[in-house]
Amino acid sequence: PRAVMDLFGDLRRMNKRQLYYQVLNFAMIVSSALMIWKGLIVITGSESPIVVVLSGSMEPAFHRGDLLFLTNFHDDPIRAGEIVVFKVEGRDIPIVHRVIKIHEKENGNIKFLTKGDNNEVDDRGLYKEGQNWLEKKDVVGRARGFLPYVGMVTIIMNDYPKFKYALLAVMGAYVLLKRES
Amino acid sequence: LRKNVEDFTGPRERSDLGFVTFDITADILNGKKWFANGLNIFDWNVKQLFLYLSAEYSTKNNALNQVVLWDKIILRGDNPRLFLKDMKSKYFFFDDGNGLKGNKNVTLTLSWNVVPNAGILPLVTGAGHVSVPFPDTYETTKSY
Repeated sequence: PRAVMDLFGDLRRMNKRQLYYQVLNFAMIVSSALMIWKGLIVITGSESPIVVVLSGSMEPAFHRGDLLFLTNFHDDPIRAGEIVVFKVEGRDIPIVHRVIKIHEKENGNIKFLTKGDNNEVDDRGLYKEGQNWLEKKDVVGRARGFLPYVGMVTIIMNDYPKFKYALLAVMGAYVLLKRES
Repeated sequence: LRKNVEDFTGPRERSDLGFVTFDITADILNGKKWFANGLNIFDWNVKQLFLYLSAEYSTKNNALNQVVLWDKIILRGDNPRLFLKDMKSKYFFFDDGNGLKGNKNVTLTLSWNVVPNAGILPLVTGAGHVSVPFPDTYETTKSY
């Protein structure tokens, strides 16, 4: 339609210099976003400071699509009742559950058991074959704060990749064509 | 906040299994925000409370052990006062080893996780706690 023709008209009228300028602008935005993310990783000590809740195993506290903010300070002890996000060795999916048992040695070595609030049984069935306990190294972080619903965008983008590409295309087009007068 | 407890231990091949029954009388108040809502813990941003009773103790094997024995979810709108009697632990109280036998210093504490509608997730420990000594011998016949 008319709007699209206008867009192409715009593109052709831009000279090379303007195009390079727009691309640089775009690159700056992407770099800034990456820097903020990396900065968060450093500040919180967690490899993944913001995670999306993927299952209903912690209902009614957290629902699928909620966003969790994590910290993973090295000196923070793991205590019963805390909500931790962990990854089972060999699997990529972070799991958000509550710590229900800890056994800690004097030297700080700790082994602990987790369980989803909404699950009948503990997580031993989720751990690796023969694994009965989690250790500090399995922890991605501790849940410190949360926002409801906001993470749904990530889940939709995962389940409907076409939506993700469409969104990226629109964002890219906007940044490339936006002109500062 | 008060708890009264009785206890037994059961023999398991390698790890001690403890049985605890308890009463809980508790009134969960929000000590910090005392204006507007009075001491009501359920202010505009509290969705639910996750309550749990945990046993904490030391053994030869492990310097610190914490085991959650029982938990309960209190939703906004429910009464934050508890009068529970003769409760049995929801989860098996296994030790990592044989540290329950003769352990005189097992402390039971009530804590809760405040889950907001959005925002920070604080963990609060209740003011009262009870020490439970476990007997020196195992019970061989149990009706639990």
